Amino acid sequence: MIGDAFQGGAILLVAAPLFAAMGAFALPRAGATLALIAAAVVLISSLTLLWLVGSQGAWRLALGAWTPPLGIGWQVDGLGVTLLLLTALVMTGAGVYRVAEGAGQDPLFWSLWLFLWTGLNALFLSADLFNLYVTLELVSLAAVALIATAGGPALTAAWRYFISTLLGSCVFLMGVALVYGQHGSLDLTLLHEKLAPDALSLLGAVLVTSGLLLKGAIFPLHFWLPAAHGRAPVAVSAALSGVVVAGAFYLLVRLWFGPFALLLSEPVAVTLGLLGAGAILWGGIMALLQRRLKMLIAYSTVSQLGYALLAFPLVAASGALATQAWQGAVVLVLSHGLAKAALFLSAGILALSLGHDRVGRLGGPGAGPGLAWLAIALAAASLVGLPPTGGFLAKWWLLQGALVGESWFWAGIILAGSLLTAAYLFRILSGPVTGDFPQPSVRGLQTMGLTALALALGAWIPAFLPMPLADMLATTWSTP
Amino acid sequence: MTVFLLLATGLFVMALYGVFASRNVLRRILALNVLSTAVFLWLVTVARLAPELDPVPHAMVLTGIVVTVSTTAVAVALAVRLQAPDRGSKGS
Repeated sequence: MIGDAFQGGAILLVAAPLFAAMGAFALPRAGATLALIAAAVVLISSLTLLWLVGSQGAWRLALGAWTPPLGIGWQVDGLGVTLLLLTALVMTGAGVYRVAEGAGQDPLFWSLWLFLWTGLNALFLSADLFNLYVTLELVSLAAVALIATAGGPALTAAWRYFISTLLGSCVFLMGVALVYGQHGSLDLTLLHEKLAPDALSLLGAVLVTSGLLLKGAIFPLHFWLPAAHGRAPVAVSAALSGVVVAGAFYLLVRLWFGPFALLLSEPVAVTLGLLGAGAILWGGIMALLQRRLKMLIAYSTVSQLGYALLAFPLVAASGALATQAWQGAVVLVLSHGLAKAALFLSAGILALSLGHDRVGRLGGPGAGPGLAWLAIALAAASLVGLPPTGGFLAKWWLLQGALVGESWFWAGIILAGSLLTAAYLFRILSGPVTGDFPQPSVRGLQTMGLTALALALGAWIPAFLPMPLADMLATTWSTP
Repeated sequence: MTVFLLLATGLFVMALYGVFASRNVLRRILALNVLSTAVFLWLVTVARLAPELDPVPHAMVLTGIVVTVSTTAVAVALAVRLQAPDRGSKGS
């Protein structure tokens, strides 16, 4: 009975957006309606799975009743289900924004949008290395095409993103081939039992990680991200910065604290941490220097994802608080996803109503922008890490790990990063001044503002539910 | 069998160089194709090296070929858009 509910929920998560995508391809005019229906189904399924994991614990499904090593396994556990819910919230919010934005839409937009969603949901469900490669490719193809729908300069950005992400996939697959050659298994649970710390496995893990670092735009492999995220259509930027890069980070956590745990030696952990530190500082400084609002937000993504990588050295260093350190990184990705989506949507609203998005010349009151400014303020509070927001909880957990392990270097990086974040976000918030402001020509500005506001408020939720969230994440890696 | 593993590794490194070094759009797509072929060669060799012939890598390579064909198609479509004379206007 419980198994049926799990299975139904997991299958709906992939089937609903997949069939809606095919429907939207056949009937482009019904695209928006189909996307909203799929969004409702996915939201309900994600919430049901969240409740089931909370009450019953983690669960596994052997697709087509073929058990691994021959078949492909899916898993629903705390880590996966929280990211599924993040995806559902961000994609629904950005979808509603796109519907409200209205005119001038590419006929293929909704079809690609729903394919992206299908790939993401499958990515967070899959428990098989090769299946993960296929879902990564699905996500990349849909994401590249979505960026390209903006046309013009976005095409060049889409091209660079495409080459980087394809290269990342090939390197990832080579790593998978090496690991498979050593241990004859692709299933994450089976690999966890079999994996021995030998040189070829380590090389495989390093290749898999390099592929993911390229896809996740981790410093110094972030070169493609700002242009791709800055030039894409607004709703697409929100989805890419909120969840697509989070997918790569999710896999890093899933693999290094799961099957590759034996290979996580101190040099590996410290290297990952140093990359994260580099990302925090470089992304923060570049964000300070940007002139356009969307580019500033895109560089902020580079910087914020650096924090998540700090989990690796902190888990190694913090002993008793190790669990809290990686959970802090996951909470950071969750609250960053919601806050960043809210920022991109608000930036889109400002650009629509002001006619430009230069950071130095933002300003003006009014119904839509008022809501947008509120959303920006709330999202910025979470990104900086002011209590009581999700960003605060995440940074607090990471910082506690650093202090307990007496790793002053990492603690310093966390604090310096927060200062940088505050500095570049203040550049936006110092903008609003009173004055006249032309009546917006776009209808639905109110809806768009409310959507951004809802996402920004979502980034505050983790701070009010720290214990349930920790319990939920604790069910990870205990899959029967 | 070592020959095939060495060949696969050599191709992999060459293709990596190609992706980074070439500026030409088509050359980059081809380098990526060589890259995935190197991975497939490695996988097929791994299947042959197993004590009993292992079918799973073959299934992976078949799926991988399908994925590569699709990604190459998208890459070429994007390359055509990039080179089109009217790329300043919004694509339809």
